[in-house]
Amino acid sequence: MELTFTHHQSAHCENGVASNLLKNSGLNISEPMVFGIGSGLFFVYLPFIKVNHAPAISYRTLPGQIFNKVATRLNLKIKRQKFSSISSANKALDENLKNNIPTGLQVGVYNLSYFPDEYRFHFNAHNLVVYGKTETEYLVSDPVMETVTTLTYEDMNKVRFAKGAFAPRGQMYYPIQIPKEVDLKSAIIKGIKNTCRDMLAPMPIVGVRGIKMVSRQIRKWPKKHGVRKANHYLAQMVRMQEEIGTGGGGFRFIYAAFLQEASVILANEELKELSKEMTQIGDSWRDFAVEASRIYKNRSAKEDAYNTIADELLDIANREEIFFKKLKKAIS
Amino acid sequence: MEKDQVPQDQSNLTKNNVKELLYATDENGNYTTTLSTGWEPKTIALSNSIDEINERIADAKQQVLNGEISPIVYFMEVNKMDLNILSSYVGFWKWRVKRHFKPSVFAKLKDKILKKYADTFGVSVEELKNSITK
Repeated sequence: MELTFTHHQSAHCENGVASNLLKNSGLNISEPMVFGIGSGLFFVYLPFIKVNHAPAISYRTLPGQIFNKVATRLNLKIKRQKFSSISSANKALDENLKNNIPTGLQVGVYNLSYFPDEYRFHFNAHNLVVYGKTETEYLVSDPVMETVTTLTYEDMNKVRFAKGAFAPRGQMYYPIQIPKEVDLKSAIIKGIKNTCRDMLAPMPIVGVRGIKMVSRQIRKWPKKHGVRKANHYLAQMVRMQEEIGTGGGGFRFIYAAFLQEASVILANEELKELSKEMTQIGDSWRDFAVEASRIYKNRSAKEDAYNTIADELLDIANREEIFFKKLKKAIS
Repeated sequence: MEKDQVPQDQSNLTKNNVKELLYATDENGNYTTTLSTGWEPKTIALSNSIDEINERIADAKQQVLNGEISPIVYFMEVNKMDLNILSSYVGFWKWRVKRHFKPSVFAKLKDKILKKYADTFGVSVEELKNSITK
């Protein structure tokens, strides 16, 4: 059994699934648009939570939030279900396929057999679409892959019922109602306002202030934790920024693409200029990653080197602070 | 980032024939998407964390051989888990899992409990108990 479903590769899994599912239901909306309207851009530093034995740093909002915000702001209805048992989860998915509904799933990455081994770690907020099944396998459209792929029944059960933080508990979701006309303009403005509020939030671990805090912490890492651990922390930060489908520069390039698209829809020239500025900030994030990689490549750590990249990060934070204040003005 | 500057470095993706999608600007400054085979700073970051995992596994193995910890810790590291993840997979409280890290406690565990660990790690109870020391 195979449903008609067009696979488009995307940078990030959640935007990608949302964009692909909506396109499939007749609402043509790009990945950057989903990301912007859903206010996906974020920064949070959670030193008390360890991911891969390093402090958690996230460049995006919580899993599920992007699609939920898109749904509220565009007046879509999305059904989400979680399950307590594997068999009821399977039954519901099969039922959906029978009813011709391609279905989004939240899954754990560790048992995704089509991922390269090095990328399989315990991360439970990945998203994909199931659009059919054969005797032995489910047909899978994973937005970060170039083409469609498959998963055996057994692996599917494992990824849907992965354990640990953000355990998916079989979660599946799909749009059940899409209005004929959507009001993109007001949705874009709401999305931008939300992001400005997040990034300028008066909390020490969130947004621009969060970036500044990380910059302060980096200076202390080599002394406090020793070279090996400090390098590991830095490498993890770069991975979070570049690797897990951020489209480059910790989502800054996707966001710039969104602003460019938004400037056309809102007929707002200022947003186009701001898009260019965001691209430059994204380039600085890339430069930061290059400098950081020099440190952990050599496995040497002069304190100087840590101070240099901390300065670079502080500079980025200051520029983003100015940027988001301008962005807030540009749409008010 | 401009499209022609998108890095196409060798990486762990290359050998698996996977490419990732990036957002970059074209010659007119408009955004477009493009595929990348990899980027060196990322590849180093990844190999750095793989080295880190391998060191943790080697350390755990040595500690098991020295009789300082139980094989559960070794298999936990092999499966890239930490205490939180392991405890939610086996369904025991964290303090209980931590107790099972002690060789003396581990030696007295019943097969039923050992089986939970073995299933989580994808090995047999026999392997869980003896594969390192042999």
